Order: sequence, then C-alpha cells, then structure tokens
Amino acid sequence: MNPVRLTGRATLGLVRATGRVTILAAQGLWRVGAHPSELARQMLHIGWLSLPVVGLTALFTGAALALQIHSGGARFQASDVVPAIVAIGMVRELGPVLGGLMVAARVASSIAAELGTMRVTEQIDALVTLSTDPVGWLVSPRLWAAILCLPVLVGVGDVIGILGGWLIGVNALGFNSTTYISNSWAYLEGWDVVSGLIKGGFFGFIVALAGCWFGMNAGNGAAGVGRATTNAVVAASVGILAANFILTGLFF
Amino acid sequence: MIEVRGLTKSFGPKRVLDGIDLTLTEGESLVVIGGSGTGKSVLLRSILGLETPEAGEILWRGRPLGPQRATFMQGFGMLFQNAALFDSLPVWRNVAFRLLRDMPKARARAIALDKLARVGLGPEVADLYPAALSGGMRKRVGLARAIAADPKVIFFDEPTTGLDPIRAAAINTLIRGIVDETGASAITITHDMTSVRSIGDRVALLDRGRIRWQGPVAAMDAAEDAYLRDFIAGHARPQGSQAAV
Repeated sequence: MNPVRLTGRATLGLVRATGRVTILAAQGLWRVGAHPSELARQMLHIGWLSLPVVGLTALFTGAALALQIHSGGARFQASDVVPAIVAIGMVRELGPVLGGLMVAARVASSIAAELGTMRVTEQIDALVTLSTDPVGWLVSPRLWAAILCLPVLVGVGDVIGILGGWLIGVNALGFNSTTYISNSWAYLEGWDVVSGLIKGGFFGFIVALAGCWFGMNAGNGAAGVGRATTNAVVAASVGILAANFILTGLFF
Repeated sequence: MIEVRGLTKSFGPKRVLDGIDLTLTEGESLVVIGGSGTGKSVLLRSILGLETPEAGEILWRGRPLGPQRATFMQGFGMLFQNAALFDSLPVWRNVAFRLLRDMPKARARAIALDKLARVGLGPEVADLYPAALSGGMRKRVGLARAIAADPKVIFFDEPTTGLDPIRAAAINTLIRGIVDETGASAITITHDMTSVRSIGDRVALLDRGRIRWQGPVAAMDAAEDAYLRDFIAGHARPQGSQAAV
C-alpha cells in the first residue's frame, strides 16, 4: 500500500483514539458522585489494598537511596547530605514515580482485566439493559478513587521511604538518630511535598484511565482480555514516566 | 409495539443485516431463528442501541425508538446467552440491581427473593456469588433479573444454549409462563426448535441478513421453504447452498 496512505491512516487512527480516550475521561470525571457506594469500594481496592506494595517499595527504595548517596557522597566528602537527599529525592521524585508505577502494575492490570472480562461476557451490555450508564457505574468511581487515593499513597510512601533511609543511616552508616531526622526536615520545603502529592493525583488519573480504556475496549475472548491487561500496564507506566517529566518541568 | 423497518448493518465488507423488516405486537412472543452468524444477535443489539445500523429505523409505539430509549429501557428486561450476571455482586443484588436505585434495600431484597422463587430458586441462593452457580442456575438468576422490574418487553438471547434437555425444557416452560403471566412482549433468538415450539407465538427465519420466512409457529411445519424445512429437521446443507430470498 502507498506509504502516504498508510501514514495518513495511522494518523487518523491515532487522532480518533485520542478523541475517544478524551471523551471517556471527560465523561468519567463529569459523572462524579453518581454511585457513592462504588466509589467507596474502589477506594478500598485501589487505595487501602495498595498500601502494602507501595509501603514496601518505598521502604527498600529509601534504604537503597541512603546507601547510594552515602557511597557516592564519600567521593567528595559529602556523606552528611544523606538525610536531606533521601528526603528530597523521595518526596519529589521517587515516592510519586515508584508509587505510581507499582499502582500501575497492580491496579491498571486489575481494572483492565475486570472490565475486559465484563465486556466479553456481556456484563457491560447488561448494565445498559438495566438502565445503568456503564461509564457512570464502572469508569467514574475508578477514576476518582485513583485520583483521590494516589496522593495519600504517595504521602505514606514518602514517610516510609524516609524511614527506610533513617533505618540504614542510623543502623549501618553511623548517623545519630536525632541529627538524621532534623537534617531530613531542615532542607525539605513545603512545595517539595505538595508537588509530589499533585503528581500522585495525575498518576492516579493515568493509571485508572488506562485500565478503564483498555478494559472497556477489550477484544473477544481470553486473548482479548490478556491484550487489554498488558496494554493497560504498558500505557499506564509509560504515561506516568512521560507525565512525570512534563510535571517536573512545569513545577521546578 | 416494536417495528423494525429496512434495518441494515455491516461489519467491514460483511453485510450482516440487509434490510430487515419485522414487527412485534403487544403481548406477542416472537422467536427469531437462523443459523450461526446470520445476524440474530446483531438484530437485538441494534434494537437496544448497542450497535449503530447504517440504514433503517426502529419504531416503538409508532415513534422512533432512539429519542425514547431511556423510557423504553425502564420497562425492558433481557436474558443474555450466558446470563451476564455481575460477578462482583451476590445473586440477590444481581436480581435487584435496577430496584436498588428506587427503593430501600430490604424491599428490593424481598422482591428479589420473590423473583428467585418464581424461577424455582430458594432463598439459600440469594447470598451466593454467580461463580458458585451451575449454568442452569445462572440462567434462572438471569431470568429473575430480567423480570425483576415487571418489564413490558423482554428479549431472550439463546436461552437454552449450553443446557441439558431437561434444564432447557424447564427454562422454556419458565419463559412461556412468564410471558403469559405478565403479558409482556418478547423476542427470543434461538437455534433450538424445542424452544421455538415452547415459547413462540410467531416465528421468523433469518438468513443472510434478511427475513426469509415468518408466520405462526403452528404454520411452520407446513411451510414450503426448503431452508426452513431443513432447519426444522436438522438436515445438513452444504455451506452457501441456500438461496437468498
């Protein structure tokens, strides 16, 4: 086929898909509060049940960060900066990004698999026949639950990550506990924390939207659901990294 | 009550519905039969607005269905081929799904238990999840959900597929009983000739996207259409041998 025609077709497909994703996102955000019980259920699933994975990720990341900075800082006699760098690194970058990526793996896959299965087993069609808007019932609660829960998860992850650095700093690197804590606070600014929480909200939106979009548009059968799940995790992960770059550029 | 005129729908180069004309009158039970892939499900999905036809119109009570779809859906119930129960909800919440929007939980549950009893399921089933049910029980729960809000129009999509003859006969009897009791208008799509005879007042044969034959169920056996006769008798035909009307 003519390469120009192929390029044109691909471009049109991309524009069409972008438009449809945007419409789904707008409808999902607009129908906030349509089903409060579903929102509560999704907040439990997306927020509360993600705490262990986000907490463990933050704990090990904070600990590893402390070791790395201590080792690297020693090359130019700057090992004392470990508490401040761990704190700033966790709240501005690693907390939101790694928390977002872990939630992407756990939640985007789960949403895509659940909605994809509902699509191929006609449960979404059944909602329509029961006078229930599938976007209001399925998409909106998941979008809002992720947007509301991710900042909380990021905040908890920040604290646990700093705790991981403190554990290593005090027990392995010879820092005094009080000094470590006061140095962590001393160089931390309010905007460092707030910007990370805002990033968390955006990342939650990306995770839930990817899961909902690929789930609602899953192809036929188990293979279709499998593809939807894979695509949702890939799209959410890449989306988080791209959004992180853009937001970091805007914030700092 | 429902009138389909010149309905046309294609998927890519394949024309699935090719100018369908069909009428469902008040209180009538119409059964649409036809081979696999002849467009039976697409016909139902088009009426429900789940597919967008390229041409034709669907009327409800003499006026286009599209603008009245929300009202139509309020008085509508459907049994899906595999029941399409919501996995995350217990049986009673599946049955009471629509009711829970308009009434207290206790009342909705009482109605759900009543509807479950109507389809032969006891209250011990109410708190189970769909994954714990057999195929026949799932169909019954789907049926209870379809009739929960006393609909005026009910669609049944392959109601006996995947069931053994005894369970299939029980579902057929239930459907006929429900249609007679409620006076609802019903469209059933099936390949099962036992279902046709048990459920239907009138039968329409769909072939290559068009209605090839339609008439009362009682007249079906005397029809001269060769494809219909083979369909009834279950005779094998070479692919593509049946002439389009």
